[in-house]
Amino acid sequence: MSLTVMTLLEQFVLLLAALALFLSFVLLAQARLVAAIHIFAWQGALVAAVTLTVALTGQASHLYFSALLTLALKALLIPWMLHRLARRLGLERHTETLTRPALVIMAAVALVIFSYWLVAPMVEHGLVFTRNIIAVSLAVVLIGLLMMVFRQQAVAQVLGFMSMENGLFLAAVSATSGMPLVVELGVAFDVLVAMVLFGVFFFQIRESIDSLDVDRLNRLTETGEIEERRPA
Amino acid sequence: MNALLLTLLTPLIGGLLLILVRPLGAAGWLNLAVSALTLVGAVWLAWDVAHAGTIAGLGFRLDAFNVYLVALTAFVGLTTSIFSRPYMRHVCAIGRLSAGNLRLYHVMYQAFMVTMLVALTTDNLGVLWVAIEGATLATVLLVSLYRTPESVEAAWKYFILCGVGIALALFGTVLTYFAAQHVIADPDAGLTWSVLYEQAQALDPTVMRIAFVFLLVGYGTKVGLVPMHQWLPDAHSEGPTPMSAVLSGLLLNVALYAVVRLKMLVDGSLAETATPHLAGALLMGFGLVSFTVAGLFLHRQRDIKRMFSYSSIEHMGLMTFAFGLGGPLATFGALLHMLVHSLTKSAIFVTVGHATHIAGTQAIDGIRGLIRTQPAVGWSLLIGVVAIAGFPPFGVFMSEFLLLTATMQTYPWFTVALLSGLAVAFAGLFRHLHPMVYGAAPEGQRPVQANMLPVLIHLGLVLWLGLSIPGFLAAWLDRATQLITGTHLL
Repeated sequence: MSLTVMTLLEQFVLLLAALALFLSFVLLAQARLVAAIHIFAWQGALVAAVTLTVALTGQASHLYFSALLTLALKALLIPWMLHRLARRLGLERHTETLTRPALVIMAAVALVIFSYWLVAPMVEHGLVFTRNIIAVSLAVVLIGLLMMVFRQQAVAQVLGFMSMENGLFLAAVSATSGMPLVVELGVAFDVLVAMVLFGVFFFQIRESIDSLDVDRLNRLTETGEIEERRPA
Repeated sequence: MNALLLTLLTPLIGGLLLILVRPLGAAGWLNLAVSALTLVGAVWLAWDVAHAGTIAGLGFRLDAFNVYLVALTAFVGLTTSIFSRPYMRHVCAIGRLSAGNLRLYHVMYQAFMVTMLVALTTDNLGVLWVAIEGATLATVLLVSLYRTPESVEAAWKYFILCGVGIALALFGTVLTYFAAQHVIADPDAGLTWSVLYEQAQALDPTVMRIAFVFLLVGYGTKVGLVPMHQWLPDAHSEGPTPMSAVLSGLLLNVALYAVVRLKMLVDGSLAETATPHLAGALLMGFGLVSFTVAGLFLHRQRDIKRMFSYSSIEHMGLMTFAFGLGGPLATFGALLHMLVHSLTKSAIFVTVGHATHIAGTQAIDGIRGLIRTQPAVGWSLLIGVVAIAGFPPFGVFMSEFLLLTATMQTYPWFTVALLSGLAVAFAGLFRHLHPMVYGAAPEGQRPVQANMLPVLIHLGLVLWLGLSIPGFLAAWLDRATQLITGTHLL
């Protein structure tokens, strides 16, 4: 890949996207919950910045609106909601002991390589820029997925989920200069409702297992003895 | 267009009204009335489509394929609401549910109907995604409605797994849009299914191939394909029984519908490449694995609702396999199977709801002697299971027979796998069923007040479809088959 084949603007978008990917790694390894929420907010801000940059090229005017929407939702509202939930759940000082952080980071590196490998056949389009940006967004999505698998704490899992959404948004904005507005609004609405429901569930989970460690949610298995249960 | 508005707006407005309705008795009736009006709209819509062929406008598009699922969704929605009214009042009366949660249940019931109907009728792949994710959001609070540790766990699993799955589907959708941008000039039309379908052969096959894998894994999670099925038995068994009926009977269909629509796009795009049947092969693989694994898991179930959830996975696997097989005969069989499976499975869940109330437990070991205690429930369960296991003269036999014939024509060796899978599933169901319906009832087991009308209607229809498929329905399914495969069967 040579830098000269890309315009300055594309290079700038790629730089921002790469920073977002870097923050995914930081998020993955961050043990302190509140710090992780802040990192997530920064990632959202980066995605908004990418959207704004693409909007400035003047391809689609509704991108100004989506940049604003992303900033409001991903960088401000959702982190604020998570922060408030963490406070109400008494998790401000919560630190999760990560099991084998080095291994997880290695797995994340492998996922980045996998993403590049997956998009490699798309050379025919000849666009170095799009190929890179799709690989980077896919890596953000997959690292979010990895985070949901490795973290046992419910709030951390939600952070992984939301960071996956960031990756999706990054792909939509930079590779295709934004989905149609109605779809974008719908997706934003779904994400917001999901966040509200996650908040409800934090309290339900804590009420039922007295902790937010979802590894303890293990009553429903194929082999386990089921006790006398009331009909539902 | 008026019919479409009636179908979509009725549950939407009904759901909003249900937020306001305080008296619990009235809410149940209103829920029923809204569902009935939705069915009126759906039938009207089906009538319009039957005459006009295709109706399109406002970003929606109806053809023979989706209008048949719209009618089915509205119909099962109505019969389930008939069942749910006294059922949920009973649950409320025994103190398992607060009045506020019952209101939440009714509101979400209608919200769920809206999202499914939008998913079926929309012409936009992005809106399809939003609606299917919306269906998850509407039902996730219902799974944990009883607030038991098990139900909260089931809901969390459902939320997280389907959330992840659906996120991957969105990535696939973005890739499809990316492929479309090189073909379709108008960016707003880049996700419109009908436009994409016309230009399908021009879509870049490399991108579409990757996109389809993401879409299949994503929507496949909601179909309940193995190995992404983990959420399904939990969510279906821990939620209220009317919810299990609509989840198993309807939501899985809608997700499969999305997969089939996308397969049509990918088939068009890959037609000229070295692997024209890649999408079909993937569906066949996932379908066959789900079918086999779920059949085996039926044997070790100890919870009656979990058992029937595995039976749903098994049947969805069979349908996925059939759609993957392609060809008019297999597609016709799969469409018919979608219909009869929905009708039978929701009838079974309704019966199971009554059975668990009689026995006071969901554990299979605790449910005994149903025919002695309450013949209507016992016999319904027996007949329902006979129907779902694929015995003649019921409709499921008909569709499975068609599927086996189609398999015999194209890949004869798979017939062996299918037949042995059906036998395994049959054994799994009957070993549990036998002691539940026959035998002596435990001391003090009393009949409950049961409304068997929905079960009667559903099983009656399934029987009718098994004996003779009415001409208009056969013509209808044939038109859907032609849309999907390009050739008529009849």
